[in-house]
Amino acid sequence: MKAKVTVYPRREILDPQGKAIQNALQRVGFPGVQEVRAGKSFEIDLATDDPEAADRELRQMCEKLLANTVVEDYSVELLAGGAGGRP
Amino acid sequence: MRCGVVVFPGSNCDHDIYHVLKHVLAQDVHFLWHADDSLKGCELVVLPGGFAYGDYLRAGALAALSPIMGAVKRHAETGGLVLGICNGFQVLLETGLLPGAMRKNRNLRFECRDVYVRVERDDLPFTHRLHKGQVLRLPIAHSEGNYEDSPAALDALEAAGQVVFRYTAPDGTLADEWNWNGSARAIAGICNRGGNVLGLMPHPERCAESILGNTDGLAILQSAVEAGARVVSATAAGGRR
Repeated sequence: MKAKVTVYPRREILDPQGKAIQNALQRVGFPGVQEVRAGKSFEIDLATDDPEAADRELRQMCEKLLANTVVEDYSVELLAGGAGGRP
Repeated sequence: MRCGVVVFPGSNCDHDIYHVLKHVLAQDVHFLWHADDSLKGCELVVLPGGFAYGDYLRAGALAALSPIMGAVKRHAETGGLVLGICNGFQVLLETGLLPGAMRKNRNLRFECRDVYVRVERDDLPFTHRLHKGQVLRLPIAHSEGNYEDSPAALDALEAAGQVVFRYTAPDGTLADEWNWNGSARAIAGICNRGGNVLGLMPHPERCAESILGNTDGLAILQSAVEAGARVVSATAAGGRR
């Protein structure tokens, strides 16, 4: 089963990188950009086909390593068409 | 005293601190490889500056999971001395031995310059040769030293006296323009509740010899080795060695 994990700076915390990107976007002709949060995303392929188990495991991965929850939030998304060639 | 310098792939200040401990402070110093799970009897463990594991994912995040860190944690939890400098501080945060986290510097730049820090605690193993309110000039070299935690956690840190160094103006007054990375509460270094684990972003090992034009960092390292030696002799006197 494939999944996408997104990690981004917590909303209440200033994101200097996102702010710099926002300024740059406004400079190159996108004045309507209200806010940018710059984060990371991970594509993860799991052996399991059980969505609940996958979701649980991915959240544990976020808590243990993928996100630093002092300054970052995360979201987990299971993608359709998992691994293993199942219909 | 037996001192250990942990070497991660990507550490680059390991030889600097090794040199100061061995040749300036005449200590028994050993390198400790990240893949080992023993501190080989070292009483003071230093996590040096650099880019452990290339700073992949987040600075210090992968290093925090390396085998040696299990031993460092046990050492810290039993009162052993642990000093994290720059990237070593980031590793201590990611390990959870110190609270909080680092973000990119406020100006998004790698800051390489001398800064001024005010000493907030002079009763720690790492600071007993300093005095409270003293201002040190120390070099920094980092792009992720912007310390952050929740307001409640920062209040708790302050209340417990865990803020050890703060970025200030040369006269020791707090001023935003002297807080180069934008750290919350101008925090440059903190300790754990027990005071035996210290993390700081400035590099004391880069200013510990007069030939380098600055010896402000020496007292921190000297404090640590003297404190460590006292622990060692007390333990020896207790007949446990």
